[in-house]
Amino acid sequence: MVTLYVDDLAVSVEKGSTILDAARKLGIYIPTLCYHPDLTTFGGCRVCMVEANGKLVTACRAPVEEGMVVRTDSSAARQVQRTVVELTLSNHNGDCLTCVKDSRCKLQEVANYVGITPERMAMLRSAVPEVEVDESNPFFKLDRTRCILCGICVRTCQEINGVAAIDFGFRGHKTTVVTIGNKGLAESRCESCGECLERCPTGALARKDYEQPSREVKSVCPYCGVGCGIYLGVRGDRVVSVRGDKDSPVNSGQLCVKGRFGYHFINHPDRLTAPLIKRDGVFVEASWDEALDLVAARFLETAKHYGPDALAGISSARCTTEENYLFQKLLRFLGTNNIDHCARL
Amino acid sequence: MAGLATVLGSGAMTNTIGEIEDAGAIFVIGSNTTENHPVIGYRVRKAVRKGAKLIVADPRRIPLTEICDAYLPLKPGTDVALLNAMTHVILREGLEDREFIANRTEGLEEMRRAVEKYTPEYAAAITGVPANDIVRAARLYAGADSAAILYTMGVTQHTSGTENVLSLANLALVTGNLGKPHAGLNPLRGQNNVQGACDMGALPVVFTGYQPVANDEVRAKFVKAWGVELSGVPGLTITEMFQAAADKKVRAMYIMGENPILTDPDANHIYECLESLDFLVVEDIFLTETAQVADVVLPAATFAEKDGTFVNTERRVQRVRQAIKPRGQSEPDWQIIQELARRCGFEWQYESSRQIMEEISFLTPSYAGITFERLEAGGLQWPCPSADHPGTPVLHVGKFSRGLGKFSAVEYRLSAEQPDEEFPFLLTTGRSLYQYHTGTMTMKTDGLNRFHEEELMEINPADAKVLGLCTDDTVNVTSRRGLVRSKIKLTERVQPGVVFMTFHFAETAANLLTNSEVCHIAKTPELKVCAVRIEKA
Ligand code: SF4
Ligand code: SF4
Repeated sequence: MVTLYVDDLAVSVEKGSTILDAARKLGIYIPTLCYHPDLTTFGGCRVCMVEANGKLVTACRAPVEEGMVVRTDSSAARQVQRTVVELTLSNHNGDCLTCVKDSRCKLQEVANYVGITPERMAMLRSAVPEVEVDESNPFFKLDRTRCILCGICVRTCQEINGVAAIDFGFRGHKTTVVTIGNKGLAESRCESCGECLERCPTGALARKDYEQPSREVKSVCPYCGVGCGIYLGVRGDRVVSVRGDKDSPVNSGQLCVKGRFGYHFINHPDRLTAPLIKRDGVFVEASWDEALDLVAARFLETAKHYGPDALAGISSARCTTEENYLFQKLLRFLGTNNIDHCARL
Repeated sequence: MAGLATVLGSGAMTNTIGEIEDAGAIFVIGSNTTENHPVIGYRVRKAVRKGAKLIVADPRRIPLTEICDAYLPLKPGTDVALLNAMTHVILREGLEDREFIANRTEGLEEMRRAVEKYTPEYAAAITGVPANDIVRAARLYAGADSAAILYTMGVTQHTSGTENVLSLANLALVTGNLGKPHAGLNPLRGQNNVQGACDMGALPVVFTGYQPVANDEVRAKFVKAWGVELSGVPGLTITEMFQAAADKKVRAMYIMGENPILTDPDANHIYECLESLDFLVVEDIFLTETAQVADVVLPAATFAEKDGTFVNTERRVQRVRQAIKPRGQSEPDWQIIQELARRCGFEWQYESSRQIMEEISFLTPSYAGITFERLEAGGLQWPCPSADHPGTPVLHVGKFSRGLGKFSAVEYRLSAEQPDEEFPFLLTTGRSLYQYHTGTMTMKTDGLNRFHEEELMEINPADAKVLGLCTDDTVNVTSRRGLVRSKIKLTERVQPGVVFMTFHFAETAANLLTNSEVCHIAKTPELKVCAVRIEKA
């Protein structure tokens, strides 16, 4: 362990930790933009600048040293932070109210901390370049006027899912995030997993039809056998979002396109909402009593006339474990072992 | 998963998803992991970034082949020849784990004799994979400290599906890659709760936890607990059920949450079988193709509208929680089943899924320690035999459930259907990243459809040229069982002589074409290989 002092508070952290780790352990806020705990450290934005033993260093990269004295609020550090934030804001789309990330935006948070006044802002603001928004992906858009070039999406796509669909392209002040061959996201090798937009600190990568849920319920993805942990976002009586459960040992918060965006079947108008009985070849709505009495009568009749093995049941790999249990129990109560499911397939 | 149970005594993923990342080598066979199990695909890619050797065996150039160390493009249905040859190389070069073989296995000599003739050259002639690559793959696999095998339906959906799994087990046993972390033999299950359905005895021959119905002691236990007489006669498998329906032996059928008209092979046949039933009840969330044939349709709730558990492919029992109330008059399946049971004269009184789980743990040794209370803190991997047992991430540590791991002497057999002059192409089927199964759920999300809206049969450009076909042409695909129309996509992903379709779309229903010939041991239909003719429509 290494002991150091951040803003006069002593803290002991593992060797190899960074100043940022030490500060966070103390609950001291250091602004960051390009840092993300899931990813390798880039150290490019320089907004986490602090003074350590009298020298300016980036807190996300600088390793702790025994007896180190760190000042997060030295005037030199503040100077750098302010410059970085002002430069970033100068060509950032200022229309915050229509941005889906408004009030959850990392850039707003950091600007607030650094203390950018409206007057200063008005002076700084140069014309925001006209760049077309990439709307090609059906689930999310890439709005480069809100991009701060932190590279979190680029690293996510390399390190989290290993797709590497996007990277920095062009040079100097023209630098932007591009796909291979600078095609639209939908035409690129992007797999629409949405991992990048989950981590994007601003509204540059954002969901299209985003509705903020009013509560969340922990559950499991209904698609493939991986069984990713999810939170279903609910608003009123509708499911409006899905996000990965970071604490799940299965997926550590990660999801694929189906799990993250494929929830529309739940609220779909085609859902069956009443029992149906076929009469003269057409389905007519029936009450539960009518339908269930009919089914029970036909099962019992069949078993009586032809023996219980004239009954058969196909259970479902999509229903719950408990439901599968009851299903086989019912068929076996009726006297047959003719039970299977489509898992052989 | 009959294959695994025979040799090891259990038929589930032996290891845990999280371990894949640190495997020394990964052998992916018949699994398009990044599209069908994407989050496991992320782990495989990460393992490769961390230095794992990746071996991919697949007739199609699936995305993982871009980052693999050895690619084995075998002809569909020739897995046993390939795997036997890899084992042959390992034994010939002395790469086997002698200590593990001596202490933990039986039957090596018999297996050794069986793989004797499978020299890489011999296998190359059958599989189409260059002999050198087979040797290299065997060395990569055997050379790693720990090597994990990942496989799916690509391996089991063959008439020789069980043999495929047995020869994979030989490979894992001979190199000592079982009963330790970052290794194992890992079937990746397709649907969210296949594992749970199997565990719960939604199978014709077993009760919960794979307790055989034919075993008198087991049956006595269930008779006592349930208070009814129980049949010890093994029931019919799904394929047999449909045939029995056609033969008027099965008269009434109950289908819960499945759409066999699209998922089962030979869709015309299934449709006719269902039509010949006296009575069919289907319980589902949508009016599926199968529901349309029913006499009664019962509206079920989705996973978001009920409590319960799903068991994932690594045997992890996890809680599903109700988020909203069921739509309209729909009801959770467990409540529907219970109501039906009551009307059949059974006094069932379950108030919740939690209460059902209590009964499951009471009757199922591998679930004995699993309760909803414990699941609140996170999932539990079975076997979990007691309330204080932490669950089992890695199976077969120190000992196999059957005692010793058993080598099997397995011979390569030709697939039931081979291409001939009349039907010169091999059709294989699978899924895409953006759709799931029969699309009942995914096709309700417009964005997913935008990526994969209609069937595009994949065909090699060389074949297309011979047939005079261009991209987006529509073709008639004919097998001995039926005909479907599909647009085509020219791609080097498939090798010459092979075409690929998904089974997501009702309009093209590739399963109209496929073969219901079943694996003679596990009764898994041969969905993966069938012979077809391609003509411009
Ligand atoms: S959605 Fe996923 S694949 Fe696409 S760019 Fe973002 S991280 Fe990469
Ligand atoms: S999110 Fe994707 S990988 Fe995870 S369980 Fe759902 S479908 Fe499978």
